[in-house]
Amino acid sequence: MSSIWIAVIGSSITAFLNKYIGHSVPEKWLDRPRIKSINTLVPVVLLSALVGVQTFANKQELVIDQRLVGVGVALIALKLKASFPIVVVAAAISSAAVYNLL
Amino acid sequence: MSIKPKNDAVERTSLSVAFTVGLYGAAFGAAGVTAGFSVLQTCLLSLLLFSGASQFAVVGIMGAGGSALSAIATATLLGFRNALYGLQLAPILKVTGIKRIIASQITIDESTAVSTLQSNDSDRKRAFYLTGFGVYIFWNLFTLLGALGASAIGDPSVWGLDAAVPAAFCGLVWPRLKDKRLFLISASAIGLALLLTPITPAGIPIITTVILAIVFGWKK
Repeated sequence: MSSIWIAVIGSSITAFLNKYIGHSVPEKWLDRPRIKSINTLVPVVLLSALVGVQTFANKQELVIDQRLVGVGVALIALKLKASFPIVVVAAAISSAAVYNLL
Repeated sequence: MSIKPKNDAVERTSLSVAFTVGLYGAAFGAAGVTAGFSVLQTCLLSLLLFSGASQFAVVGIMGAGGSALSAIATATLLGFRNALYGLQLAPILKVTGIKRIIASQITIDESTAVSTLQSNDSDRKRAFYLTGFGVYIFWNLFTLLGALGASAIGDPSVWGLDAAVPAAFCGLVWPRLKDKRLFLISASAIGLALLLTPITPAGIPIITTVILAIVFGWKK
């Protein structure tokens, strides 16, 4: 089995377990201030790290290319309170423009 | 069946959230195929995993050459918030057996958010199911369209798809950066991940930033 299949099936199983556990365990198991405050930060750090790596990494090398323009435009769109699909499309168009024209 | 005006509002909110979020599925579909997943593998993530941030993380890490283990670990940590949503929802939904399995699958950011906006338990229940099933249907439909669209084109950079993925992550993290402290934590996570990128295998720079969440979250 390829590693992509392992990732698809494995992450689907753990995602379901996460969801099902919440509906099934006694509240006091997870309802602790420290768990909650760490949990609020987990998506912040992981998603931020993904922004950084997806913008600057080319395999193990750090590079500056058209993606940075796209992400910059996305951040401006978010600042202007644009909706998600607009943010993504604006990033794609601006990055494609730089890639194709320069 | 008579529909009260109040329930109408629940329906409107639920369906408009479901449709808007569903559109985002097209970005995921394109991201999956761009990362080297087949259309089937991409669609299975939307059908089975069904949690946007985790799905983007899996294709992002695998696409960058990371191991299946680091993809699964990152997706699992990102999905832990759904367990906390389940805790909140269980006393409202009061479901068992197959119904609990179905309710679990649609326990995500959006269904929980629209549900908790309501003022009584019957509306909370309606909003949860309407938003949950609505997002499920649109998200999967648009994943398929995005995946098919992306497989029809060649070099992803020509269409800007290589920037669409980090932009999608920006869109996911942005609403969570509610104050200066969170911006600082976000910036330090980016810094740590970039620092580790040249010296560790792909996927490791991302999962390692969980240490920052633990350090900053410990003191509350």
